[in-house]
Amino acid sequence: MADFQRSAPDAKGHLRKGPGLWVKLRLDPFLLILIFAIMSFGLLVLYSGSGASDAAVQRQSIRYGVALLVVIFITQMNLRHVQRWIPLVYIAGLLLLLAVLFFGVGAKGAQRWLELPGLPRFQPSEMMKLAVPLMVSWYLGSRPRPPSLAHVFVAILLVAIPVLLIAKQPDLGTALLVGSSGVFVIFFAGLLWRYLIAAMVIGAAGMPLLWMGMREYQKQRVLTFLDPESDPLGAGWNIIQSKIAIGSGGINGKGWLQGTQSHLDFLPETHTDFIVAVLAEEFGLMGVCLLLALYFLVLLRGLVIAGSAAHPFDRMLAASLTLTFFVYVVVNIGMVSGLLPVVGVPLPMVSYGGTSAVTLMASLGLLMSIHARRPQRT
Amino acid sequence: MPWLKMDSQRQEVSQFKARLWWALLLIVLVFVGLISRLIYLQVIQHEHYVTQSDNNRQQLQALAPTRGLIYDTNGVLLAGNRASHSLTLVPERLIKGHKGIDSMLTELAEVVTIDQDDIKRFKRRLNQPRRPFSPVTLRFQLNPTEIAQITVNQHRLPGVRIVPELVRYYPMDDGFVHALGYVGRINDRELAKLDSVNYSATHHVGKLGVERFYENELHGTVGHQTVETNARGRVLQVLERFEPVPGKDITLFLNAQLQQAAVKLLEGKRGAIVAIDPSTGGVLAMASAPTYGANQFVTGISNANYQALRNSDDLPLFNRALRGRYPPASTVKPVIALAGMDTGLVPRNYSLWDPGYYQLTEGGRFYRDWKEGGHGRVDMHKSIVESVDTYYYAIAHLMGNDPMTKYLAKFGFGQVTIADQPEATKAVLPTKQWKRINRNASWFPGDSLNLGIGQGFLSATPTQIASMTMVLANKGQWHQVRMIKAINGQAVTKVSDIGRNDPKQPIDIKLKRNSDWDGVHNAMIDVMHGAKGTGRRSGANSSYKMAGKTGTAQVLGIKQDSTYDADKIAERFRDHGLYIGWAPVNNPKIAIAVIIENGGGGSSAAAPLARKLFDLYVLEPKPEVKSEDNVGGS
Repeated sequence: MADFQRSAPDAKGHLRKGPGLWVKLRLDPFLLILIFAIMSFGLLVLYSGSGASDAAVQRQSIRYGVALLVVIFITQMNLRHVQRWIPLVYIAGLLLLLAVLFFGVGAKGAQRWLELPGLPRFQPSEMMKLAVPLMVSWYLGSRPRPPSLAHVFVAILLVAIPVLLIAKQPDLGTALLVGSSGVFVIFFAGLLWRYLIAAMVIGAAGMPLLWMGMREYQKQRVLTFLDPESDPLGAGWNIIQSKIAIGSGGINGKGWLQGTQSHLDFLPETHTDFIVAVLAEEFGLMGVCLLLALYFLVLLRGLVIAGSAAHPFDRMLAASLTLTFFVYVVVNIGMVSGLLPVVGVPLPMVSYGGTSAVTLMASLGLLMSIHARRPQRT
Repeated sequence: MPWLKMDSQRQEVSQFKARLWWALLLIVLVFVGLISRLIYLQVIQHEHYVTQSDNNRQQLQALAPTRGLIYDTNGVLLAGNRASHSLTLVPERLIKGHKGIDSMLTELAEVVTIDQDDIKRFKRRLNQPRRPFSPVTLRFQLNPTEIAQITVNQHRLPGVRIVPELVRYYPMDDGFVHALGYVGRINDRELAKLDSVNYSATHHVGKLGVERFYENELHGTVGHQTVETNARGRVLQVLERFEPVPGKDITLFLNAQLQQAAVKLLEGKRGAIVAIDPSTGGVLAMASAPTYGANQFVTGISNANYQALRNSDDLPLFNRALRGRYPPASTVKPVIALAGMDTGLVPRNYSLWDPGYYQLTEGGRFYRDWKEGGHGRVDMHKSIVESVDTYYYAIAHLMGNDPMTKYLAKFGFGQVTIADQPEATKAVLPTKQWKRINRNASWFPGDSLNLGIGQGFLSATPTQIASMTMVLANKGQWHQVRMIKAINGQAVTKVSDIGRNDPKQPIDIKLKRNSDWDGVHNAMIDVMHGAKGTGRRSGANSSYKMAGKTGTAQVLGIKQDSTYDADKIAERFRDHGLYIGWAPVNNPKIAIAVIIENGGGGSSAAAPLARKLFDLYVLEPKPEVKSEDNVGGS
């Protein structure tokens, strides 16, 4: 914690030495090392979770490479110049979400992808993971703080519209992430506590309405979450099996590639959303705690960056992105360990998958970019 | 006022930092919560989940023992096992579980032939109590093309499995079923009675005959293995294995070549042949015609085929050798004669003048001899050689019921004489008491007359008649009549040797005068070799001597056929032809009983068949059998 209190003298130190390589590249070595550490651990687990598939590890490594390029690309951008494009990106994202609703493709009753001629298949909702916090930060950053109720209302609309569109696909996990990223911005903009508490009360009261609006399979997921044993071979299978995997891992785990649950196909989606169960089974409590510690350091670094940022936009965005990262971790591990309902949220930098890895890395890139333009006394 | 702006900015920054602290607090609390959850799962509940994990991947599977083989007396395989592939469904592993069964059946029907019968029986099996995750059979005996088809489409058929198993196979099928019986799928009723542990992997059980009687010996003991499986139930690795103990191999007295010959002789007829080795009591041949294939019953006969067998007028499913109740007719005359002499009720030199009929009282009912005009002066010898009915009317009248039924019982009438054929019946030995109970009437002298010529209320199965022949050939010595010769190479002389209950067997017959046996024997030799013997045509031109007795049973009460086919009815009114005999005379190797339903007289319908079998067996003591031994592959 001492870190962001010491931000000014720290900056002085940098100045004395002159701008180093990291400063020139506008990269944050601290975050970068953490990212590499998590990715390496992730690839190790992925190798096991994908059934010792070299191909999967290779593909994922390439994705990480691309994601790192994205990070460098973002850090090279001047946020001040980019800011004016934010509303445009946001509106484009909304239009694409509407397009998904009408022309989208997908599987298992969900319509999440857009296939535009000449472009690779992509998920507009992923784009909104960044567009929404950017948009809300931009909107509230250019208005007096703490925001007036009217401004908060507009900000809520800015969040709610894409969230509803995503939830309608339906993609509960992404909707949750997009929604929370927007809400965090509003929180860090200085929304008064009394409004916050009032919103929570209203939210709790709105739960039954939400229930009625849910799709059958979404209701089923919640019901299964509440009582997984009710359908052990059907809907409850995932939760039961992942709990068995985690529990049987014990403190030290069964050893790398030794997880019986995952290797014998009991565990579903071992390389994507449920990969932490593989980790917990093979590396035990120690392994999960190591990963959580790495995540905690990332979060801590994110908060430090937010605390040392000069502009309200930077502050809000950095804090929101950090806490969204936190939501990723909590929802995924909470889901796999049976604390939360099953929603499709990947484990950051560990789960197999391209789009979400790139978005995540882009948000970390934004964090680094914010860090790079922290106030430095000349 | 820039300082004021500065102030509000500073205030905003400090408020923001406060919120960062709140966020940090939230992060720490939630992480602590997550770690607590993990500690709960991985430390506190660790043992519980380890057990569940082991249960998940380790499965105890029962291993069916290999059913014991059945050999003929010369080591020819009569019942073996061959690999058969069954198409099974594991409902729990279907995508939609039990709800997905119907759609899976439709999908499977595109790949392999599945008819309504299969589906009906599959549904029935599905409703039987079963362990979760155990496969339910949809079809048996997949051919290689079908196996390939399913394997190719396996990826879109989750929950569908091809299960190989060893099933019973009868290499020489037709004609052996009435001797061996067969195995079939275990049904509900059997399931309730069988040892559920020992049969946990077994799908077949002996339904009839030897297969049923020696079920315990043939079945063996179940084994088990602990296997590692994936969630789809595929076995990945065997962790621990306890081999099943295969069933014991059984050797029968049955002579495959003799049996095949007997079946061939009966082709196109209705009737039965039972041959026994008089020196052991072992059944050398047991044929019943018409017959049917047993292999079709192993994997489940189609309803249409089964109905055809069931509804046939010729009753192919009916085991005539063990259950057919025929009047033994003149074949019992040697026994009646012995009864008369041994009781002393009929003098050994008794003779009478046969006018061709017998009357109980002057002017009463005529009891006719088969030969119009009669046989003239008849003594015991001639009465057997020429099968003179009048003589037996007379001595039956002299004796009455008791002496005759007593001696018939000594020869095995009215009892099950065979030890290891569970379907055998005891037919009817009509004592006075029997008639009182079953006919609610007293015994009349006329009943005795009918009994004296082996007709009337008396009935016997071909197996009983063959047993009687054995005892006659042995001069009163009994052996346990049985199919089994040895089990796992160890000779079995009585089924009690292997812990089974022996049937109540008559004691050996000791006549007051041993020479009476010779008298009867000589007469029976002359039946075959005498100038006037009823079986002389069948006994002619033989290099060995045989003894025999023909019989012709009148078909009295004919069941009304529903079809009024004149030819058929006429045919069904014809006499049954019977023959008993043994050969060679001095050292009997084979005692035989032949019954041909509606075949006419015994000397023409039955005796020639026996002669052919005598020749085959006596002249070629160690016959080579052409074996269709293709067991093992499929």
